[in-house]
Amino acid sequence: MSAGSTRRVEVEEVGDVSVARFVDKKILDETNIQIIGNQLVALVDEDGRKKIVLDFSNVEYLSSAALSKLLILEKKSKAAGAKLRFCGIRPDIYQIFTLTKLNKLFNIYDSEDQALEGL
Amino acid sequence: MSDHDFEISFSSDTAKGQEVRERIISAMDANGFSEKDVFGMRLSLEEALVNAIKHGNGMDPNKEVHVTCHVDYIQTRITIRDEGTGFDPRDIPDPTDEDNLEKPGGRGIMLMKAFMTEVSYSDDGNEVLLVKEREVETEDDPSTVVEEG
Repeated sequence: MSAGSTRRVEVEEVGDVSVARFVDKKILDETNIQIIGNQLVALVDEDGRKKIVLDFSNVEYLSSAALSKLLILEKKSKAAGAKLRFCGIRPDIYQIFTLTKLNKLFNIYDSEDQALEGL
Repeated sequence: MSDHDFEISFSSDTAKGQEVRERIISAMDANGFSEKDVFGMRLSLEEALVNAIKHGNGMDPNKEVHVTCHVDYIQTRITIRDEGTGFDPRDIPDPTDEDNLEKPGGRGIMLMKAFMTEVSYSDDGNEVLLVKEREVETEDDPSTVVEEG
């Protein structure tokens, strides 16, 4: 696989959709965030995936630096014509999206099944 | 005094910042702060420490970050000072503004203000005070965003 030796995002193919799951519970550490950002962008830029569901079920903490990486991924996806959906965001974390109003920008679904539906 | 009150200085290294962050979190745990309070403090500490190390000190290993920590039953009170030239927090554009929504960056301070009881900056803008008062557990969502003038 591409972008970095330590895999921070596990990818599973569900039909024609790539479901990416975060390995880390805390997406706070700058170095990890950089690696995660590179691996997420590589899904679009290098692997050319067109349908991506990002599953946050494992994530307990998320900093503003991680939000910046998600915004970059959103931009890259849009430019490449890829569809991007988020799911499994726990209430504490979802609060970060609502406070920053990024819940308006990202396509967020409650569960993975809902995110996969109609993608 | 105890490990709940300490002062520490460290060079501009995010790994060292994380150690200090977790030391403060341990002190909150020892004082029985709720998961919700700890969540907000861990997030705010990360934002403030990264700001001090990256934006304040410019990652310069010759510059230090100075932290004071006081934790008691009522509140957690932290100061974080860098050796940079400081900044005016009012200069940070509103990241929730329609024009800024897609821009990366600029969200750390608003998150700190949402999760802390008090966030204030020194006049020269290189020291931030974070205060988290113990929250009484309710079903309500306590977080509100404090708007900057």
